[in-house]
Amino acid sequence: MSISKPAIEVQGLAKVFDGVTAVKDVSFSVPRGQTVALLGANGAGKTTTIAMLLGLILPSAGRILMLGEDMVRHRHRVLPMVNFSSPYVDLPRRLTVEQNLLIFARLFGVARPRTRLAELAAALDLTPFMKRPSGQLSAGQRTRVSVAKALVNEPKVLLLDEPTASLDPDTADWMRGYLKAYQKRTGCAVLLASHNMAEVERMAHEVLMMRQGEIVDRGSPAALIARFGRRDMEEVFLDIARGVPPAPGRAHDAVRTP
Amino acid sequence: MILRHTYLMRTSWPRIFELMYWPTIQMILWGFITRFLLTNSSYVAQAAGVLVSAVLLWDVLFRGQLGFSLSFLEEVWSRNLGNLSVSPLRPYEFLLSLMAMSLLRTLIGVLPAAGLAIVFYQANLFDLGLPLVAFFSVLIMFGWAIGMMVCALILRVGLGAENVAWLAIFLIAPVSAIYYPVSILPEALRIVAWILPSAPVFEGMRAILIDGVVRYDLMAHAFGLVFLYLVLGAGLFLYAFHVARRRGLLLQIGE
Repeated sequence: MSISKPAIEVQGLAKVFDGVTAVKDVSFSVPRGQTVALLGANGAGKTTTIAMLLGLILPSAGRILMLGEDMVRHRHRVLPMVNFSSPYVDLPRRLTVEQNLLIFARLFGVARPRTRLAELAAALDLTPFMKRPSGQLSAGQRTRVSVAKALVNEPKVLLLDEPTASLDPDTADWMRGYLKAYQKRTGCAVLLASHNMAEVERMAHEVLMMRQGEIVDRGSPAALIARFGRRDMEEVFLDIARGVPPAPGRAHDAVRTP
Repeated sequence: MILRHTYLMRTSWPRIFELMYWPTIQMILWGFITRFLLTNSSYVAQAAGVLVSAVLLWDVLFRGQLGFSLSFLEEVWSRNLGNLSVSPLRPYEFLLSLMAMSLLRTLIGVLPAAGLAIVFYQANLFDLGLPLVAFFSVLIMFGWAIGMMVCALILRVGLGAENVAWLAIFLIAPVSAIYYPVSILPEALRIVAWILPSAPVFEGMRAILIDGVVRYDLMAHAFGLVFLYLVLGAGLFLYAFHVARRRGLLLQIGE
């Protein structure tokens, strides 16, 4: 794949479930080494978009190229270089953390799986509970294991749906730093769906704002904040979710709550 | 709580079906056995261990199907299907792994029981000799084929159909001629019996244990049919997987 080509290219993506449009004409790209965030209220189409990119849902229309390959036709050529974490999936709870991660290391064809597991355990502070069944972990510990699973194959494309949702603020902040360092080291492209605006401001190079299945606005966090005349992404999010148009002159006004 | 379970039942026809299923199947199965024993008790008495061997071979089919379906259900219950679907694991590799697990579960379940049958009843399943390998192969492959169809149904309608994994195999029990010959069945059911690979296996087993004859015609019949069922089962599973991807069910599969 050419280095100049984006890691993810999405053109005219749409999904209709039994006559209900979940995603409508979505187009975007994620360059290598960059993070693009999907933002939107619940039901905006973020998870459906990510699931289509992963091949878990077949699109009704549109094209998805990942690392230069068509994800609908040739996803198995790309999947060894892709990974994800999502609150909609889990790992078998009776298996230990080590067993679960080892299974996925082998499924992804990791060359030295036990060495990779040791690296991940050290980096994500999993060592104390590697031998414990996954079902006995706290929500925060399970989230870290889920991220470890997502990084087990050192992916070139990483799709993260709410990666820090169950983490305390300190651990969540540390996790964001870890993911940014990983991206800097590997040049990984990250597509992130999150409701945590601080996370988006810190991690995302570009933000795609979704409402009712469509991208209604886009730009870097700084550009969106400036265009909407707000102090942070939290306020921009509320404006867009409520259909308030950009108003640069309104800078630093407080967002009124209904 | 009654309302909660009533809501669940009203939205899931497999749950209602299951309530009626077991009593009906048990009644039909043992009705035929009784009918056969009333007229042929001396015939059975001549062939020591024929019923015990039938029970053990039936368990190969039952455990084979259950081992396949439960290995699949474990992934659904643990919400791991999404993880597996986004790994390099291909659907046919997934099917092969389920078959391997089914074989392992079946051997773990049936071998000790076969040993106990020798100790307690002096009924040695291995007296069937080399044909036992053929019988075992046909029955476990038929179990896989039914397992694939059950998994396809679960992919299609969700975990409301999980009980089908336990009861599907018993739907064919009365017409598989496990404990009695196909000839004891009513005419219409004989036709059904001969389009299942299980009936020729049990007929073949009785031919060896009672008449001392190896019926190669029955073996060929059983192998021919079981390959057709395997192709049908794999086709249904892959189609259901495709539909699940189209309808977005892989992340949501549940009750």
